[in-house]
Amino acid sequence: MVQIVRLFGEYLGQYFKTKLSYRANFLSELIGNLVFEFINMIFILVVFRHVATMKDWTRDEIIFIYGFFQVPYALFAMFFNFWDFNERYIIRGEMDRILTRPVNNLAQVCLESVAPDRIFSLLTGLLIMGYAAFQLKLSFAWYDLPVFLILVISSALIYAGVYTAIAAISFFSDSRTGIAPMIWNIQNYGRYPVNVYNKAIQILLTWILPFAFVGVYPAAYFLRRETWYFYTMLTPVMGIVFFCIGLTVWKMGVRKYSGAGS
Amino acid sequence: MSKLYAELIRIRFLTMLAYRVNYYSGIIIYNINIGAYYFLWGAIYGGQPQLGGLSPEQMTAYVAISWMSRAFYFNNIDQEIAQDVREGKVAIEMIRPYNYLSVKAAQALGEGMFRLFFFAIPGILLVSLFIPFHFPTSLQTWGLYLTSLLLAFVINTEINLLTGVLTFFLFRNEGIMWAKRVMVDLLSGVTLPISFFPGWAQALLAFLPFQAINYYPSMIFAGAAGADKAAQVLLLQALWIFVLLVPIALLWRQAKQKLVVQGG
Repeated sequence: MVQIVRLFGEYLGQYFKTKLSYRANFLSELIGNLVFEFINMIFILVVFRHVATMKDWTRDEIIFIYGFFQVPYALFAMFFNFWDFNERYIIRGEMDRILTRPVNNLAQVCLESVAPDRIFSLLTGLLIMGYAAFQLKLSFAWYDLPVFLILVISSALIYAGVYTAIAAISFFSDSRTGIAPMIWNIQNYGRYPVNVYNKAIQILLTWILPFAFVGVYPAAYFLRRETWYFYTMLTPVMGIVFFCIGLTVWKMGVRKYSGAGS
Repeated sequence: MSKLYAELIRIRFLTMLAYRVNYYSGIIIYNINIGAYYFLWGAIYGGQPQLGGLSPEQMTAYVAISWMSRAFYFNNIDQEIAQDVREGKVAIEMIRPYNYLSVKAAQALGEGMFRLFFFAIPGILLVSLFIPFHFPTSLQTWGLYLTSLLLAFVINTEINLLTGVLTFFLFRNEGIMWAKRVMVDLLSGVTLPISFFPGWAQALLAFLPFQAINYYPSMIFAGAAGADKAAQVLLLQALWIFVLLVPIALLWRQAKQKLVVQGG
């Protein structure tokens, strides 16, 4: 563990070296992310010019949930980046290199794609939440901060579990599956309260691909929506369960992996 | 020359066919997105008969068709150009006896045609099973819609060429391309019909090419634009096609002089 933390520092140093050599790109990625979030906000703002509530949620509540939704994802994306896992590690055979080294293989894969610049979308998420909280005149107690941290980490673990499991599918089939983009699109359902959707999608987002636990369920606690508290409390449990599932699938995959050659 | 481009279109079409897995997941992704917006709009309407000049039924048709239109006009040629520049392949492309940008546009058309036949059409049939959705009944509406869609494709391709050529100057511009992609989705009306925007924003958008990419054809399809309006819309789209050629030509001339091949 100590070794991984030390390696993390080394990788971080390399990361900044490469990023600084393409400064314009770093800036353009930053702008790209900001525009993306800004545009999602515009959707909410424009829609609520025409209506007062969506189901029973007001504009500022929806904005708060959206802001919360950004934070665990940014935290997850800072440490896990499986977007091109199949291409980079399986098809090009980089996984063989990983497996010959004396450090946990999942940790190495994560370290090689660490993305500290995600901190910016974490900050914009907090900013959006702050704005909505101010508009809603929410009040917080001291223990809300640790609760927030626990919920955010739990939500990030759900992402980590789901995407680790999906990346591990590449060990079983070395062709492109196209599952990850699908999941990413489903994940975006989590930006809005689940009771907007029909029963089948609500069940999907709660129990199968639990992306309701990265947005509305934990956020409901801060909005003092007591009807959802049961699910808020379930968030850490879901986080741990799904992360363990992800790790198990990964370990099975690595055992199965036989190299793609080249 | 036209034989060359026809061949390019055909080859891209076949390449797309070879990567079928991407395509199956693509249909599902479009259905996921249409579903998301269908339910969102259901919750937003919440029993109101009309919002932004559209009834809930028109909105349903709009959401479905705007995503399906997107399947046809959407392409990643800007990212392909960026990759060619980054990998140095562009050097080979430039000495070949054809115009690189026209080649990219032809490939985009091949891709678009593939998606129209194997993606948008089955996709919309699949969608119509799940959500109440009516196809236009008159042949005229179909004709106007398809013409408008083709013009929309050209405009979107021109915008992609513009962001793609920027790579020649910036070397890496993933961020700009990503921002462009979400901006086009918003300002062209995929996420939100233009009639929902406040008046000043609509006035501003009238001076931009984006709504010609999706809002115009989708309104024709949803039956919210009559024949007179439709003719006007087609004319506007044609105008944008010519206007956008100017910055492309200028940037391309600069780019050819500025080109730095970074390596193989």
